[in-house]
Amino acid sequence: MFDLYQVRFFPFFYHELQRITMFHRALTSDWLLWFVQRKSAYLWRMIVSPDKSPTADSNPATPPACSARPPPVVPGGAATTSSRRNFLAAGGMLSVSSLMGAAALMTQSDDAKATVEWAEHFQGNYRLMTAAEKAEARARLERRYSAQYGKKVSVDTTEALPGVLMGYALNIRKCIGCRRCVNACVEENNQSRGKNPGERIEWIQVLRMERGEFSKEKMNEGYPEGLGIQVGGNAYTPAGQVLEGQYHYEPALVPEKDATYMPIACMQCEKPPCVKVCPVRTTYREADGPVVIDYNWCIGCRMCMGACPYWARRINLTTPVLPKEEMNPVTHYLGNRPRMRGVVEKCHWCLQRTRQGRYPACVEVCPVGARKFGNLLDPQSEVSLILARKNVFRLKAELNTFPKFFYFYD
Amino acid sequence: MHKLINFVIDYTRYVLKGGVKFYAWMGFLAVLSAGALYGFYLQNTEGLIVTGLSSQIHDGLYFANLVFLVGVAAGAVTIVFPAYIYHHKAMHEVTVLGEMLAISAVCMVMLFVFAHMGRPDRLWHMLPFVGIFNMPGSMLAWDVLVLNGYLILNFACGFYYLYAKYTGGHVNNKIFMPLVYTSIVWALSIHTVTAFLISSMPARPMWFHSMMPIRFITTAFAAGPCLIILAFMIIRKNTKFWIQNDAIDVLSTIVTWCLGLALFLTMSEIVVELYARTEHANGLYYLMFGLHGLTRLVPWFWSSLAFMIIAFVMFLIPSVRTNYKLLPIACVLAFVGIWIEKGMGLIVPGFIPTPIGEVIEYYPTVIEIMMTVGIWAMGFFIWSILLKGAIGILVHDLRYEGSAAGESIDFPRSSETVTRASS
Repeated sequence: MFDLYQVRFFPFFYHELQRITMFHRALTSDWLLWFVQRKSAYLWRMIVSPDKSPTADSNPATPPACSARPPPVVPGGAATTSSRRNFLAAGGMLSVSSLMGAAALMTQSDDAKATVEWAEHFQGNYRLMTAAEKAEARARLERRYSAQYGKKVSVDTTEALPGVLMGYALNIRKCIGCRRCVNACVEENNQSRGKNPGERIEWIQVLRMERGEFSKEKMNEGYPEGLGIQVGGNAYTPAGQVLEGQYHYEPALVPEKDATYMPIACMQCEKPPCVKVCPVRTTYREADGPVVIDYNWCIGCRMCMGACPYWARRINLTTPVLPKEEMNPVTHYLGNRPRMRGVVEKCHWCLQRTRQGRYPACVEVCPVGARKFGNLLDPQSEVSLILARKNVFRLKAELNTFPKFFYFYD
Repeated sequence: MHKLINFVIDYTRYVLKGGVKFYAWMGFLAVLSAGALYGFYLQNTEGLIVTGLSSQIHDGLYFANLVFLVGVAAGAVTIVFPAYIYHHKAMHEVTVLGEMLAISAVCMVMLFVFAHMGRPDRLWHMLPFVGIFNMPGSMLAWDVLVLNGYLILNFACGFYYLYAKYTGGHVNNKIFMPLVYTSIVWALSIHTVTAFLISSMPARPMWFHSMMPIRFITTAFAAGPCLIILAFMIIRKNTKFWIQNDAIDVLSTIVTWCLGLALFLTMSEIVVELYARTEHANGLYYLMFGLHGLTRLVPWFWSSLAFMIIAFVMFLIPSVRTNYKLLPIACVLAFVGIWIEKGMGLIVPGFIPTPIGEVIEYYPTVIEIMMTVGIWAMGFFIWSILLKGAIGILVHDLRYEGSAAGESIDFPRSSETVTRASS
């Protein structure tokens, strides 16, 4: 299952990382989308509204948090960014605002929540929104969440910082399998936590691996069925273990004597297969590294879940079970804000924290310091030093997904 | 314009009228469809939790039927191709019935898409210009494109032909034939793209091989004609329209060889995967023998294989193939065999084990089954209406009053017209 033998040491990968970051946009098909949209914006202005020029950029309503835009990752990025804005301002904004107007008329209600939810249905893709629209969407969400959870909920829209490429490193030697990271993640990121199957969502799995797989006393226990060692049964009637790495274990004490642990979560790939397959571009790689989802744009087709080789994505089978008192009110639009029924979610390296200079919840809670997080572009950051000095590997490196989640050992 | 309005009115009036048998059949389908609507309501209020889907196995019965029905839609080309490329006369008379099948199969596919989606209310996000259509990148976007294109092509070809028959005019071959040729190539494209949809994911080793598109096409060209043969048998028995034996024989020959190829490809997969028996073969191994004691799909696989082999042997023997008492049995066996193989037998084991090695089973819930049956019923409802209208026009029950349709258009002449123009 895990290609531990596929060890890629850092010096080899470093150049690839540089290259991929530089040409990421060029390698993927983003340019074509931008081209099409540039044309469509032009056509829209020519045909439909020749007198309305997009002025959203100079909108005074733009909050300071949104005015700091990330610098272009690639040369020419600024031009494409503004053209995307033009497209939205010209096409999307007109249609969205007119639809919202129509919606407000149709509902004819003073119920702010209903109006807000109705307007939410017609908002555009977050990545293509203008700063003004982002502020609008943010205010809408803050109102709805605050009403829904009975407390002041903030929805951060801080964008990627220049010169940052987030990276993660995990020391598999140190992990003791306490699963505090799993629970901290659930609490921090407002995951569904119901009792029924399908109502509890965890983004981190700590895989418990049997130690002594090849020990002498196990040699006579039959031929293992493809994955893992077989416990009980024989070659033809296997029994016992269903997983190579069991992740629903509740030990009285950790670390257990006969186990090693392998925590996994979203690998935040540089070349994410999930992004490629998304038919509506609701999931994408942010400029500072994490692959994020605009939950309001997701159509729930689950192609991304099929494409992910790390099983990092979860579908909200029902409206997430999130008690009011347990809800974390500090949220990010692309991060831990409460999700809705029928959309996909995943780890985003706690954008609500990391964009404010804090560590992700899992890093903060880890009692043994197995989890390290930092800026890959800063040669003095902890992660960079680990990549330079330790033995580092990534999972399923043969799939060319180029994860930014590294495993290392002393 | 007057003719067109009359066509719409006459057509509607004709398909709404029928005997007791017709109303009983349509009522039965309508009841089943109502079940699907209820299921859809539940899924969009409670969520997908009412299905057996999970984050581990997130595509199940709906996706399986979707994939299979794309094949059925593509299978309609087995009528169009002999009719227009080989100028097969008996086939040419019934081409339009195949096109009607394609239309209803694509409708079913779209209904299954709705059933499958977590947020069907957001489908507009996929519309180009209004939303975002991730065109060159996403295989699903390609699939949406080719399926809609196929629907439009078949609708245009089928109804243009019927309209010409209705008015007693001639089909303008300069417009018609390019559409027909396009639809033939397009039929291949819909199933190829659907195969790419799942075979382009290295995360799912069971699907990740280049044999997938050709296997999809061979199974499609076996399952599609099987359904068409069955429909032809029913039409011959219950309507005035007589479908010639020749047409059925051509179809059963096509089924024979496509079924043979499908079995050959299945065998190739089994040999290649199980000879080395790497971890990537776990999905297939789960399907054939079960994995870690979980064996839910094993009987499905073996029964599917048995059905397909028995059907193939039956089709292979000419005296059985042309025996219209035994032929329907072979057709049903092949159809069901392929439905299992390409539906549940292909989609579900793709997720077992999951990319992190979890072995878990999938149980469709009652609601899922109700919805699947209901969507099939809706498809048959549409198909019944389309077939009734088409047959009405073909047997001249339904024609434009002012025209001398009965005399000016009969089958041999119209096929001659097409033949002359295309040769």
